[in-house]
Amino acid sequence: MNADKLLDAKGLACPMPIVKTKKSMNDLETGQVLEIHATDKGAQADLAAWSRSGGHELVQSTEENGVFKFWIKKG
Amino acid sequence: MSVKEMTAKEVAKKVINKEELFILDVRNESDFNDWKIEGQNIAILNTPYFDLLDGVEEIMDSIPTNTDVLVVCAKEGSSIFVAEMLSDAGLSASYLKGGMKAWSEYLEPVKIGDLTNGGEIYQFVRLGKGCLSYMIVSDGEAAVIDSTRNPAIYVEFASTIGAKITHVFDTHLHADHISGGRKIAEITNATYWLPPKDAEEVTFEYSPLEGGNVVTIGHTEIDILALYSPGHTIGSTSFVIDGKYLLSGDILFIDSIGRPDLAGLAEDWVGDLRETLYNRYRELSTDLIVLPAHFMIIEELNDDGSVAKQLGTLFAENHGLNIADEAEFRQMVTGNLPPQPNSYQEIRETNMGKITPDDDKQREMEIGPNRCAVR
Repeated sequence: MNADKLLDAKGLACPMPIVKTKKSMNDLETGQVLEIHATDKGAQADLAAWSRSGGHELVQSTEENGVFKFWIKKG
Repeated sequence: MSVKEMTAKEVAKKVINKEELFILDVRNESDFNDWKIEGQNIAILNTPYFDLLDGVEEIMDSIPTNTDVLVVCAKEGSSIFVAEMLSDAGLSASYLKGGMKAWSEYLEPVKIGDLTNGGEIYQFVRLGKGCLSYMIVSDGEAAVIDSTRNPAIYVEFASTIGAKITHVFDTHLHADHISGGRKIAEITNATYWLPPKDAEEVTFEYSPLEGGNVVTIGHTEIDILALYSPGHTIGSTSFVIDGKYLLSGDILFIDSIGRPDLAGLAEDWVGDLRETLYNRYRELSTDLIVLPAHFMIIEELNDDGSVAKQLGTLFAENHGLNIADEAEFRQMVTGNLPPQPNSYQEIRETNMGKITPDDDKQREMEIGPNRCAVR
């Protein structure tokens, strides 16, 4: 999936993946997509819930070899 | 301002002593709804940390200023982050060290009583998950029953009271938590007992625990009498200790009864459950003190933190023991089943030795409530 920006949050523990995601989102326009890579398991449920509460759309998420990838479209 | 750390042990003391505490739980809503810290004088507010990234102004009105505030999250990181913001706003805030993971694993040892020929029985209360395990001590020897995952807690406790663990039992193959029984037996060179009917698929050596077995702890002969009591699982076994205590495993709880479905055989096992509760247990002395392997709700705790009640009282008060009609009982047990415990299939396979997940994975499999009962 094509993304407008990539955030590498691997190795970061909660709450940093979301703190950084939020910052990166601020640089995007509505409709643009942020791709996030994280290794913190908690990020999975939290990013989904954060997207919902912030009006963004979690378009896709995958897990590969312990790396979680997320694509969030800015709302 | 700096924030203070509060340990799971300190939180446990507050729960048992019914002290007041205000908890701000900053996990996401679904994790919070699944499972949280409970206590009779604990007030709790859930606001996910990711809704507080810009500050805590919005929730300040909901947080009391005259009581201690404990911020809780899954592991710890986010709770420190939020506690610091509360502290900057002038509140006295602490965070739970190790988060809900630490809470899930903490055990509070409570002495239940003395045994006839000089010995004691201890209950280990896992407040965060509702699991109860036991240590019976007599004359320098100890037995552990239904232990939780971490063997060190029992090994260290036994060494502090100067006892050597010689026997380890599981009343049944657990589906809600990973048993530390096999590891304790390995570390201490003790005998590990399992009911053979629950152990048909296990991949390790064990001593078959069968109805009528008597195991003696210490030279003063504290007897552990195994009583075959199927229903939660086909092999479920209860113990009568010292003629005084009934360890009922996951068959009978204080305010509920066991569920028969965690191995996928609810219809087959509900008859066994009824037979055990309505016939076998009826033949026992009503003076026995029932010590179950779980509690469901915090109200089941006695004032000293223990979970124990006379069998006679349960016959009078426990709803599950008072359904005269068999069809109605069947319906209550199989028609009312709560959601199954998290990862219960993987937990069963781990307890059989079929899979060996790493520590982190095991911890994660156990997160959440136990859900072994029907009410």
